[in-house]
Amino acid sequence: MSLLDIDDLVVEYPGKGWRRAPFRALKGVSLSIGTGETLGLVGESGSGKTTLGRAVLGLAPVSGGTIRYDGRVISTLNRAQRRALSDEIQVVFQDPYTSLNPAMTVEDILTEPLLVTGVSRVEAERRVRDLLDQVRLPADAGQRLPREFSGGQRQRIAIARALSRDPRLIVCDEPVSALDLSTQSRVLDLFIEIQERTGVAYLFITHDLAVVRHISHRVAVMYRGEIVETGDAATVTQNPEHPYTRRLLLAAPVPDPERQARRRAERLALLEGRA
Amino acid sequence: MSERRQGLTRRLLRDPVAIVCLAVLGLIVLASVLAPLLASHDPNTSSLQDTLAPPSGDHPLGADGVGRDVLARLLYGGRTSLLGALVAVAVAVALGVPTGLIAGYYRRGFDAVASWTANLLMAIPAIVVLLVVLAVVGQNMYLAMVVFGLLMAPGVYRLIRASVTSVREELYVDAARVSGLGDARIMRRHILPVVIAPTVIQAAQMFGLAIVIQSGLEFLGLGSASEASWGAMLNDAFANIYTKPILLLWPGLAVALTVAAFGLLGNALRDALNGSRRASNKAPAPTTPAAMAGPAIHIDGDELLVVRDLRVAYDQEVVGGVSLAVRRGEVLGLVGESGSGKTQTAFAILGLLPPEARVSSGQLLFDGQQLSRAAVPKLRGRRIAYVPQEPMSNLDPSFRIGAQLTEPMRRHLKLSRAAARRKALDLLARVGIEDPERVYSSYPHQISGGMAQRVLIAGAVSCDPDLLIADEPTTALDVTVQAEVLDLMRSLQSERRMGMILVTHNFGVVADICDRVAVMQTGQIVESAPVAELFANPQHPYTRMLLDSTLEDSAPRTRQEEMA
Amino acid sequence: MIAFLVRRVVAGVVLVLVIATLTFGLMSLTGQDPARTIAGQTASHEQVAQKAAELGLDRPLPVRYADWLSHAVRGDLGSSWFTNEPVTSALGNKLPVTLSIVLAGLLLSAVLSVALGVAAAVRGGWLDRAVQGLAILGFAVPSFLVALLLALVVAVKLGWLPATGYVPLEQSPSLWTQSIALPAIALAVGAIAATAQQVRGSMVDVLKMDYIRTLRSRGVSERSLLFRHALRNAAPPALTVLSLQFIGLLSGAVVVEKVFGLTGIGTEANSAASQGDVPMVMGVVVVMVLMVVLVNLLIDVAYGWLNPKVRVS
Repeated sequence: MSLLDIDDLVVEYPGKGWRRAPFRALKGVSLSIGTGETLGLVGESGSGKTTLGRAVLGLAPVSGGTIRYDGRVISTLNRAQRRALSDEIQVVFQDPYTSLNPAMTVEDILTEPLLVTGVSRVEAERRVRDLLDQVRLPADAGQRLPREFSGGQRQRIAIARALSRDPRLIVCDEPVSALDLSTQSRVLDLFIEIQERTGVAYLFITHDLAVVRHISHRVAVMYRGEIVETGDAATVTQNPEHPYTRRLLLAAPVPDPERQARRRAERLALLEGRA
Repeated sequence: MSERRQGLTRRLLRDPVAIVCLAVLGLIVLASVLAPLLASHDPNTSSLQDTLAPPSGDHPLGADGVGRDVLARLLYGGRTSLLGALVAVAVAVALGVPTGLIAGYYRRGFDAVASWTANLLMAIPAIVVLLVVLAVVGQNMYLAMVVFGLLMAPGVYRLIRASVTSVREELYVDAARVSGLGDARIMRRHILPVVIAPTVIQAAQMFGLAIVIQSGLEFLGLGSASEASWGAMLNDAFANIYTKPILLLWPGLAVALTVAAFGLLGNALRDALNGSRRASNKAPAPTTPAAMAGPAIHIDGDELLVVRDLRVAYDQEVVGGVSLAVRRGEVLGLVGESGSGKTQTAFAILGLLPPEARVSSGQLLFDGQQLSRAAVPKLRGRRIAYVPQEPMSNLDPSFRIGAQLTEPMRRHLKLSRAAARRKALDLLARVGIEDPERVYSSYPHQISGGMAQRVLIAGAVSCDPDLLIADEPTTALDVTVQAEVLDLMRSLQSERRMGMILVTHNFGVVADICDRVAVMQTGQIVESAPVAELFANPQHPYTRMLLDSTLEDSAPRTRQEEMA
Repeated sequence: MIAFLVRRVVAGVVLVLVIATLTFGLMSLTGQDPARTIAGQTASHEQVAQKAAELGLDRPLPVRYADWLSHAVRGDLGSSWFTNEPVTSALGNKLPVTLSIVLAGLLLSAVLSVALGVAAAVRGGWLDRAVQGLAILGFAVPSFLVALLLALVVAVKLGWLPATGYVPLEQSPSLWTQSIALPAIALAVGAIAATAQQVRGSMVDVLKMDYIRTLRSRGVSERSLLFRHALRNAAPPALTVLSLQFIGLLSGAVVVEKVFGLTGIGTEANSAASQGDVPMVMGVVVVMVLMVVLVNLLIDVAYGWLNPKVRVS
């Protein structure tokens, strides 16, 4: 049985203004994630990929379908019941600048999720040292404020926060998109290493096919609120079936002038053929 | 969070203005509290023989129109004014803060009702209501100040609601919720700390406002006759303005000084707060290694633009001696990570750096001509054009697309209104916009990001420039749109034989469109080569590291694990 | 845009209604018995009762309010309880005075605050510091203190302008200008300070915007950049401040009128409220709130004209 099962999920945001039709961000999405697996979710802006992640986290209004975690429906929980799930499902957001409260020290940020569970402060602080070590940050990082860290380091802090409750699923919403190239690959390697060590599953949301190929076991492609293709990473990111996925793949430029020229020609041919 | 508040207090106490304000206010409060000890007269006892008495040992500041001691009235009046203002501010804060918190955090119905009520209250001329209230309650100034607090509460409400709404959108609040924090805890730890400082600032200003309105009412002759007040003193002074204008001085000074101190204190608080905000948003500045000469550039006379030894500095040097050359019809890629100085280099060439930047360049050659930096603005738009990164923020939201496109054409090409319009429509069609007429008469908020970027490209090429400088022109776009925009730029560039400098961090984009590449690291060009050569045989270790970091060619994880 | 304005008009009407209702309710809460006050302390119970019947005070409050409202919507605001003068004609005589000083003050604030704010934002340096200083001063010295100072120095000591009195515009435009100059300046100082500060702030912000840089890269003239593009984008928040300042201006007028011996709406408000002259107070309140509603509506139109997001969609 899978860890997370999403079945025919519909999310609607109320229309802006009086009596406007609601905006349907997800139009019946189904997918599943197994224990210790990474599911890459690829799509362009407005495809609904972020909304799907937020729905799993209980931050988006579910108006149809179900989300099951460990066999139990979690899409209809109230806030208090939802809170109890916080040691199962965690999150790493895209923007490492706004996802950490600028006024709190790293230690405060990392102990916060522990203290709500009733762990003593001494125990929480011990755990923070362990977490900082896991994400390869120096032990004295706890006393500093987020602004003293670079983007990549901040993202490590966010990962440490997600790990603090030993979750079994982490929703990663574009966690490396704001990072420089070299930092990006190091943070991705950290994600993989943590998964291999702890067996946590990832719902890895990104617009970048290369990133998704690197980290995912399976990949789902979203387009305008629907999933158009699912399959193992190698197939979807190298020999996709759906025309949209193919377009997406051919649109991403490869860092090799000759191959890129070929890819460009291929893409233009595909577009001509369609027209 | 405690650290930040300590920081705020510390910063505030380093500001001399704030210290003076606090001292002045402290003195005024102290004098009012100690009025019975400091004043030798009762503030309300009048004696006819002392009418309009000049300053003397008995009356240090003289006596007023009915022979009351001015000093005593000034000191006791401070009590009335300060207490009244305190009442008003307390009411405003007590009403405004909780409602603002609830409306901002939970929104929905409560927000709608509360915001509507606030708008209503804000449109009421306060003094009219206060006149009516004072007529009804029989000259009780404290009650009037309660009502004034009610009228000021919407200001507090709006401020709090706005700050809560913006904090609520922050990802760290979402993260806290996912971490299992309840609403009460989120409010206490994440929302209240953000709200406290602006509330204090506003409270300081409301204090001043309350003192002003209260003394105005007393000046009109309202308020308790048995209590000395600054406004009542002004009223008395006004009655004697022809005979003894000096009487205006003390109460006028008291009001102005108190209000100014509150106002300045509010400003100082805001500055201290902004100081901390600014610091937190500051990206780490790149550290510059000792200046070294970049790769020498080879010049054979066919260059469109040659830049030698360009330097840009703010507090630190961010571009340290960059030299580069672009030929007509050539695309030069300027590649680097954030903080490498690539964008600063582009802006320096365009002369578009903010005034605080210090720019120097050994040499600037454009189309064979030696150029001074002062001559660059004359070329902008005409011969050198710019395509920005963020499409939406680079169009003026208040003007139609058409107006923004035609303005430079009419100026540079001296086109008539109709000719400029025709050319703009042709350009819009050329950049692949399907309905040029509609886009021409649209406002920026009515078109998509991809379309906006096409509009910006159309604007850049509108006056047939020789050189196009594009700063990450596709970074903000979706990949499919990026591919189309790159196609467009390539075809425009080759059909007009423009030279082009393309700033990017994406080696895929470089491979797609560039002829030559310059790699930047911490303000210097570390390697420069024709594109095929650079990818085939990178020389500098930094270039090799960057190329190794690209994930394009990494094996899919599924495949890797099958092999393992 | 039409829908936006209709919403504003409806809100304005509601505002007038709510405030009229509140005032009527409040005024009836006074401990005073107006019939007794008018009839005099020596009057007998019968005489007082007769006076009360005459004024309609023997009827229940809701009936009185409904009666007032039904007349008011037809433009009849009743007559003063004390002078028997119809409220509309009493206010009609006084409105030009208040309107003159308040609108002149508003115009003065709008023009000077834009000039000062733009200059401070663009020039910076001492000019910027001077405008910031003025802002503090304008905030700290209330309009009636400015009025007292102006009256004392310009009118009494220097004798340049009249200290008191109002000359109607139709009688002599130049004397009218002289008679409202000092009150209008006294009123405007605070509004100029606050609005100039806002204009400066939003100009500084707008000049840092990406689109200004892009327009500059296209070779748009600095003049057009500043006055066509930057000012237009900086204007909406300044307009919001100005509309709030206008409400303050009206409040200030009540006090400033007293200093310059002008018999305007403000003076009437003060005396009517202290006498408990309900029809007159109601008239003053309605007229004042109507002025706020109308000026805000004008400012809304300007706002909509400046901001395409309000106008289009």
